[in-house]
Amino acid sequence: MAAVEQDTAVRTGAASRAFIYFILLAFAGFYMMPLFVMIANSLKPLPEITGGNMMAMPQVWTLEPWRQAWSAAQIGVEPTGLKPYFLNSILMVVPAVVISTMLGALNGYVLTKWSFRGDKIIFGLLLFSCFIPFQIVLIPMASVLGKLGLAGSIPGLVLVHVVYGIGFSTLYFRNYYASFPTELVRAAMIDGAGFFRIFWRIMLPVSGPIIVVTVIWQFTNIWNDFLFGASFGGQSQPMTVALNNLVQSSTGVKEYNVHFAGAILAALPTLIVYIVAGRFFVRGLMAGSVKG
Amino acid sequence: MAITATGADFRTRLQDWIPKLVLSPSLAAMLIFVYGFILYTILLSFTGSKMLPSYDLVGLSNYAKLWNLSAWWVAVTNLMIFASLYIIICTAIGLTLAILLDQKIRGEGMLRPIYLYPMALSFIVTGTAWKWIMDPGIGIENSMHLWGWDSFRFNWIKDRDMAIYTVVIAAVWQTSGFVMAMFLAGLRGIDNEILKAAQIDGASNFSLYRRIVIPLLRPAFLSAFVILSHLAVKSYDLIIALTGGGPGRATELPATFMYSYTFTRNSMGIGAASAVIMLMTIAAIMTPYLYAELKEKK
Amino acid sequence: MRSNFGRKAVLVAALMASTSMAQAEDVEVLHWWTSGGEAAALNVLKEDLATKGIGWVDMPVAGGGGEAAMTTLRARVTAGDAPTAVQMLGFDITDWAVQGKLANLNDVAAAEGWDAVVPAALQAFSKHDGNWVAAPVNVHSTNWVWANKSILDELGIAQPTSWDEFVAAMQKVKDTGKTALAHGGQPWQEATMFDGVVLSVGGVEFYKKAFIDLDPAALGSDQMVEAFNRMATLRSFVDDNFSGRDWNLASAMVINNEAAFQIMGDWAKGEFLKAGKVPGTDFLCFRVPGSQGMVSFNSDQFAMFAQAEEGAQAAQGEMAKAIMSPTFQSAFNVVKGSVPSRTDVPNDAFDDCGKQGMAELSEASANGTLVGSIAHGHANVAAVKNAIYDVVTAQFNGEYDAATAAANLVSAVETAK
Repeated sequence: MAAVEQDTAVRTGAASRAFIYFILLAFAGFYMMPLFVMIANSLKPLPEITGGNMMAMPQVWTLEPWRQAWSAAQIGVEPTGLKPYFLNSILMVVPAVVISTMLGALNGYVLTKWSFRGDKIIFGLLLFSCFIPFQIVLIPMASVLGKLGLAGSIPGLVLVHVVYGIGFSTLYFRNYYASFPTELVRAAMIDGAGFFRIFWRIMLPVSGPIIVVTVIWQFTNIWNDFLFGASFGGQSQPMTVALNNLVQSSTGVKEYNVHFAGAILAALPTLIVYIVAGRFFVRGLMAGSVKG
Repeated sequence: MAITATGADFRTRLQDWIPKLVLSPSLAAMLIFVYGFILYTILLSFTGSKMLPSYDLVGLSNYAKLWNLSAWWVAVTNLMIFASLYIIICTAIGLTLAILLDQKIRGEGMLRPIYLYPMALSFIVTGTAWKWIMDPGIGIENSMHLWGWDSFRFNWIKDRDMAIYTVVIAAVWQTSGFVMAMFLAGLRGIDNEILKAAQIDGASNFSLYRRIVIPLLRPAFLSAFVILSHLAVKSYDLIIALTGGGPGRATELPATFMYSYTFTRNSMGIGAASAVIMLMTIAAIMTPYLYAELKEKK
Repeated sequence: MRSNFGRKAVLVAALMASTSMAQAEDVEVLHWWTSGGEAAALNVLKEDLATKGIGWVDMPVAGGGGEAAMTTLRARVTAGDAPTAVQMLGFDITDWAVQGKLANLNDVAAAEGWDAVVPAALQAFSKHDGNWVAAPVNVHSTNWVWANKSILDELGIAQPTSWDEFVAAMQKVKDTGKTALAHGGQPWQEATMFDGVVLSVGGVEFYKKAFIDLDPAALGSDQMVEAFNRMATLRSFVDDNFSGRDWNLASAMVINNEAAFQIMGDWAKGEFLKAGKVPGTDFLCFRVPGSQGMVSFNSDQFAMFAQAEEGAQAAQGEMAKAIMSPTFQSAFNVVKGSVPSRTDVPNDAFDDCGKQGMAELSEASANGTLVGSIAHGHANVAAVKNAIYDVVTAQFNGEYDAATAAANLVSAVETAK
């Protein structure tokens, strides 16, 4: 596998290099602008927002909106801020990501290294499931969760996210394992290694990049979900639902600074994941997932 | 590629069964929670369900009603505009950025996360931020006026004919960096020897990319297309947060249409019918891709 | 202290994966009142119940005037896990009652004498098949105009009493370069204006014939064309930037002297009061000119879902009783801007607009001029309500003219029925 650091053969002149940097920086500005607006305004007192320039830096710097959003803003009848919901999200995301990634790895392993009649059809069925619009599953899912006794609970949410995450995680692992030399697996079999032993000793150790991709993908999707959280969360609503309650209040003065601080708080875990694991992300994508 | 069991001893037969056992929970979950629910939705689309599911069959009348609703056609037209622009622009920006970033750029490590981070945000956050930025009263237009550019106009979000393009802007902002990452990964996977050989043959940079590099990126194009098209068809949160379907009903998409008929208008039958049409559309887009994907591996 | 308990309970439930964490003596309340003032008002109820040893399990889902909450409710009921009480509007209550999911509150109602004090038009929603199924919290009315008094005084505009005077007044404001009508371009806000406009054109009789009986002749009549013409007139007095604006930002325009009028339900009053404005001195409230003596209302009610356990039923009964107590009705509605849902509540605590609203409500109830709001699901079921939204909002945004709108209204209502 080639290194992420590139070694392209294309040669370019100084003028065109300047142009390239200009384009790249212009796009960086485009991508940064909304984040800048959100952060700048979350640090302003409210009158400065409603009466002033949205694109300007704060004149008076304040952390009060952040404190409000985290621990004092009204969410329903309780002035709790987003804090208590953070834990709900964590309790939901961690098991859901771990389970769906594990299942995806095993499925990908089976589908590429232990192929059998009909495996292509099964993979096709799994892949198509990525595309189901979630709105249509709400009502039947609610009745299934009710029958399982999981309605309105975190395990119920975990189940839902695992079920609808398997498609993508399987896709990622299958494409990754497809480029892994099958001869190695065969050699291990001849040496007498079994199904799980091969998975554990041979496949998993080389799966780092694709695990990163899958975890990022699943973590982001599950953390950001609102529809399932609001419908099946019951008393364990995740942070996105609380953020919605904060931002969507039907009456009263809109405290934009608090809303923006809340929005950033709710997005912080996924942002951190992207920034910390971002460079592994391209490596992981490169290592297989796009090699259809 | 498959490992065929040659020995017929017990151990091998057991090894034959384990993979299938490992796969079966996922398969079962899929059959129930995806295909079972799709069948259930198809069933609902033939019933007169209102607020909760009911099972009085009404034939095709939900489809007939759907056909006659101008709101549905608005939603379908919007999806066509939105999806085609969204996919084309994202792909173009993603490819351009990936190629430029692949030119031994200093600070690539800084730029990449900047391009990628929007994907980490939920559409609700994206929509809220862009709603603000594009609002003429408080956003860019206002800022430009405050900075002295009085004739600056950017009021698309308030304009019935232009509002759908604001959805494109916000959606492109969110996912084009991700597409960039996919192309970048594809570029980095190309063997440099091929490129060097072509350059020795005297190919210009432009024709090098057009003739050799881009064709080699075919798998990345396919993956990007699949991910973008499914995001486009499923787009719901972004519309709700950005325009709420307005001005008027000018930015409704099939996903918002389906949600509103199923849940806020208590016309679950019509909602289910629209969902079935959406699923059929997705299937039509996906089948060629799946076919290619599966055939290749034989 | 309570809140601490609540939070811990949430945590415990999460960890134990228990499915129904509400204890027998708790009530679980699904609502979308999440903003400061409303939540404070609900807190009155919560504390009241706490003194009776009944715990409050809060289940807020904000967004879209309760749309998100109704989706959540459907998932909860389908899963067999209905909350104790759910904030609900108009025909939604009837729909759930038809499904047989609501509790019977007749015992509490009889003991408390609700039949005598709740206006008949409200009872139509609180009762199903003669049984009480919901406890009305308040009555809002939608055909109000909120006006900035200083702008009116400055331009020498008297409070308009007829539609023509209203139009002339708005023209005068517009000529000075100010925004005449503050409005937020969202379908429900346009429909809210439509409530008052329809009443101003054809009175209660026409309103009922067209929007409650859904008579196609009335829906496509010349009067309807006139109603749409008046909507177009209103459109011409709105600023360019109205689309997608929240209603409270439109209220803020009137409060901040940027606009003269807003047509909005009486929840708008809360915004004025919070900004320290005084009714009569800083702002005026009056009925949409031409609809004086008529009231189009909507009423927030707590629909009570059937509970299996006796303890839960008892707590639910207590909650219903607490909601209907005159002290709570007064305390809540003073904060919320609405008027009490029973006619025997003293008006001492209310401001002038509130007093006017209470008097007009009982008057309209007595004269038969109290009608359910089209915009807020008190005239017809959700499917029809939204079909009307579609036409009103399309015409207001200039997609077609008034005559086409009336014709489209007939077919849209027919399809949705």
